[in-house]
Amino acid sequence: MANKLNLENWVCPLPLKNYPTVVMGHGSGGKMMNDLIQHLFLPAYNNKSLNQMGDSAVLNLSGLGEGAGRLAFSTDSFVVSPLFFPGGNIGELAVHGTVNDLAMVGAKPLFLSVGYILEEGLPMETLGKITESLANACELAGVQMVTGDTKVVHKGQGDGIYINTSGIGLIPGNIDIGPTLAKVGDAVIVNGTMGDHGMAVLSVREGFEFESVIESDTAALNGLVDTILEVTKDVHCLRDATRGGMVAALNEIANSSNIGIEFDEDLVPVNPAVHSACEFLGLDPFYVANEGKMIVIVPEEQAGSVIEVMRQHPLGKNAVQIGRIVEDHPKMVLAKTGIGGMRIVDWPTGELLPRIC
Amino acid sequence: MCLGVPGKVIELYEVNGMKMGKVDFGGAIKEACFEYLPEIEVGSYAIIHVGFGLSEVDEEEVEKTYELFREIESFSEKLPDPKK
Amino acid sequence: MKYLDEYRDKEKTELLIEQIEKKVTRPWSLMEICGGQTHSIMKSGLDQLLPPEINLIHGPGCPVCVTPLELIDKAISLASMPEIIFCSYGDMLRVPGSVGNLFSVRAAGGDVRIIYSPLDALRIAKNNPEKEVIFFGIGFETTAPANAMAVFQAKTQGVENFSILVSHVTVPPAIRAILESPEVNVDGFLAAGHVCAVMGYWEYEPIAKKYQTPIVVTGFEPVDLARGILNCIQLLEEGKIGVENAYPRYVQQQGNLEAQKLIKSVFEICDRKWRGIGNIPMSGYRLNEDYEKFDAERKFSGIQEIQTNESSVCISGEILQGIKKPDECSEFGSRCTPEFPIGATMVSDEGACAAYFRYGRMKLSRTNF
Repeated sequence: MANKLNLENWVCPLPLKNYPTVVMGHGSGGKMMNDLIQHLFLPAYNNKSLNQMGDSAVLNLSGLGEGAGRLAFSTDSFVVSPLFFPGGNIGELAVHGTVNDLAMVGAKPLFLSVGYILEEGLPMETLGKITESLANACELAGVQMVTGDTKVVHKGQGDGIYINTSGIGLIPGNIDIGPTLAKVGDAVIVNGTMGDHGMAVLSVREGFEFESVIESDTAALNGLVDTILEVTKDVHCLRDATRGGMVAALNEIANSSNIGIEFDEDLVPVNPAVHSACEFLGLDPFYVANEGKMIVIVPEEQAGSVIEVMRQHPLGKNAVQIGRIVEDHPKMVLAKTGIGGMRIVDWPTGELLPRIC
Repeated sequence: MCLGVPGKVIELYEVNGMKMGKVDFGGAIKEACFEYLPEIEVGSYAIIHVGFGLSEVDEEEVEKTYELFREIESFSEKLPDPKK
Repeated sequence: MKYLDEYRDKEKTELLIEQIEKKVTRPWSLMEICGGQTHSIMKSGLDQLLPPEINLIHGPGCPVCVTPLELIDKAISLASMPEIIFCSYGDMLRVPGSVGNLFSVRAAGGDVRIIYSPLDALRIAKNNPEKEVIFFGIGFETTAPANAMAVFQAKTQGVENFSILVSHVTVPPAIRAILESPEVNVDGFLAAGHVCAVMGYWEYEPIAKKYQTPIVVTGFEPVDLARGILNCIQLLEEGKIGVENAYPRYVQQQGNLEAQKLIKSVFEICDRKWRGIGNIPMSGYRLNEDYEKFDAERKFSGIQEIQTNESSVCISGEILQGIKKPDECSEFGSRCTPEFPIGATMVSDEGACAAYFRYGRMKLSRTNF
């Protein structure tokens, strides 16, 4: 991926070069903010709609896709700390989060907006790196950043940078995917290892070293979803397993579809380093956040071919069926334990706390 | 009450006069204090609780436990269940 | 992970359960002392695989649950003060005080930090000389060596802005109190493996003898728990009284003498109030005279105290003594949940109520699968 911005020299943006850090003026709508937009954001995102610089982006939907009957619209805000972690940073997280929300309803993600809340004193170089990551993530995901906003708050009132992204996608007419549509007998599939992102972030905060570094799994899942839909349009649910981990996503589906879910603990893939770090802190990897993992619910007879095609995609190499949708215990998720018992896998409550007990 | 996790001592050194070391928990490496295990050596396993080594693994006992299992296994294969 | 995964092995657990089934001829009630053991039993579903004759009662070994309400309230008061950095183990943050908890103090701007080791709290004190750092020193005997070292180092290194709010409790007096109680019916105990790794198990011999109750030192993983249960059932079925060690890879009869030495030089035994149970004489540790100035209770004795107010519906005390089970509480699962806990046993994961709620709300029995 070629660098969109020359972060070394800030060739053109002379005015920006005078400011090694963000100051209040960058958010106040005047020349300084205009400089920031002209010299940082426009070159990074570079598309016709954005370059118009209207108050809203005007988007031509004709010829965009079959049917083009329904619009998907999502928003997400990103406040992660630290801003940079093994495997990524807040910029690409901001794109992946919203792109994935759109993909989970079967939409083709098309356009994103970005709202920055910058803290006074944020190094310009940091803002540059994050913007570049954000822009690269858009390109990889096949979406355009068409409108944005920037505000600056006083030092101490922000955490370096907060980002909000909103996104629009189109849902083809023959797709119907949603959390209420799981059916008894369906297969429950995941695309890979659980707990990577949360442990990557926590490892920086807790000062863990790892023999093999735990990296965030942050990724745009729309490409993987496309490959699944090529095999079958009969996908019932997709859910990305973000905050609250795999368990939150499974409980959301069980609750919305009013069915039960049963899975086998031993079948859920977990990176050995993540397993070890979780043991140490007394955490359960099934409850730890992911940023590139999803639950796929399809009719049992489709499971084999869906998994096969997922495994051929870089984001689905470890795809596996972990369980099924059942009629019993509606709205509850149960798991077969390592020793053959059954336990209820309940909603996460609040912040994940390391245990001493 | 006692989340103790076993780990392998991979390095030992002193900090502020205290015996400290690096412990490998199956790929995750963290520092722990070994003031309570003054005899411990690099390569040994210990149980670590809130950053302190409390007990070294007794390899002999581990082997005895495996023996016990082998016995139970062969025993349960040979005899019929007296209750059945 | 070595020395962990092998003890979660399904085949070995099944072998031991088979042996238990062969041995058991009548109902027995066993109490597992330690909250960590309760957590492991519920999470693995071990209790569902045991023969129905075995009734597991969950004991009071949850230091988070038994920390007296007055101390939680004191912690909340101290943590709210602007010049204080309040450090605590993660499990304590959600424990309800009379009003709010440490989380809510943090939300209101208090400097409350989750630390993994007490040495981290000491480090924070050294790095922030202009602030007072208080560490919430809770735990059973397992955690005492770590907490003792932090205070010992503070004194040795001359770190004056460090103190600990002590709430240590010890196991043997609790076992005695439970056995003295007419309401409790425990046939045998599974002693807490890591407490014994520190203290040894010689203290349990007179207890076993006096109350004619076998005590088996037991670990935390399914294989270790099953082994401890088997050992205890063997003793009970054969009418033998005694203390046995089913966790020999970490536990010796004399325990860790180095750790005991430092505990003795830093702490002294005192009476302790156990939340929900009441005062148990000589069941706690407090800092001795030599370490007075590191005792947060004495250092900050003049602070504004919260009016202590325990919920009248909470039956944590009876649950901690094994008199009732969590699902016998009127509020269980309805008004009292891990998200909105009324009492401490619902808060930490190894509190019996939370473990029940999280892992076994449905009455799952062996016939289900």
